Amino acid sequence: MADASLSLAALTPCAGLLPLTIGALSLSEVEPGHLTAIAPLRGKADALAAAFKAAHGLDWPAPNRATGGDDARAVWFGHAHVLLMGPAPDPALVAHASLTDVSDGWALVLLQGAGAADVLARISPIDLRPGVFQPGHTARTELLHMQAAITRLRDDAFLIMGFRSMARTMVHDLKIAMEGVEARRAD
Amino acid sequence: MRITCPICGERDRREFYYQGDAVALRRPEVDDTPEDWDAYLHLRDNPAGVTRDLWYHETGCGAWLVVTRNTVTHEVLGTVLARDAAGGAA
Repeated sequence: MADASLSLAALTPCAGLLPLTIGALSLSEVEPGHLTAIAPLRGKADALAAAFKAAHGLDWPAPNRATGGDDARAVWFGHAHVLLMGPAPDPALVAHASLTDVSDGWALVLLQGAGAADVLARISPIDLRPGVFQPGHTARTELLHMQAAITRLRDDAFLIMGFRSMARTMVHDLKIAMEGVEARRAD
Repeated sequence: MRITCPICGERDRREFYYQGDAVALRRPEVDDTPEDWDAYLHLRDNPAGVTRDLWYHETGCGAWLVVTRNTVTHEVLGTVLARDAAGGAA
């Protein structure tokens, strides 16, 4: 029989796993607010970009780029696909795009500290050199063997997204890579 | 092996899924002959040289690509979004 006094509390995807600090590197969970996948309707890309800017004050990101800041961010998220992080989407956007609430689908973590790029270089095939993958750049790519999205926020800070159902694996893989980088540094 | 995605740029082969001959872009018309449909469904060339394949940028941007490559030299000669290729949905 249900207990009428039972109170339910939502857990974040990385609850019990993070934060984590290893040497100069840290890994922490990010709670971004709403996550909305936005896919422009055919022929509506330009109108959508204008409506998006008017509604949210964010530039519509070019492929492999992210715009905005911690409160509201627009991240290119694949072919004809952008992710709005933070605010709920303006309903007016539906005239130009398909909107999908994916807030519960993704786990977000922030990897930061000296050598953060070296950590990712161990488990991702993309070119992370500073001149190539700069702050504001983003990539859909692999994290070891999983689909992931990686955005460089600063020289030594990366926002990493993986499927919520794989949050434990993502944290584990990042932890092993962080330990590897720190172990080499201690030599 | 590296493949240059028209959207993401040059990426490692492990991000891509290989689907096979880009025959799906040459679908016969409904009233074409049974022989045409038989060839479309079952008959594949196995060229020593240049071939056109469909690849899926699976852990990347999710786009389908037509990759032209040489099966003898392993050169990747070109890539184009399947959407933009002849026969692709505009």
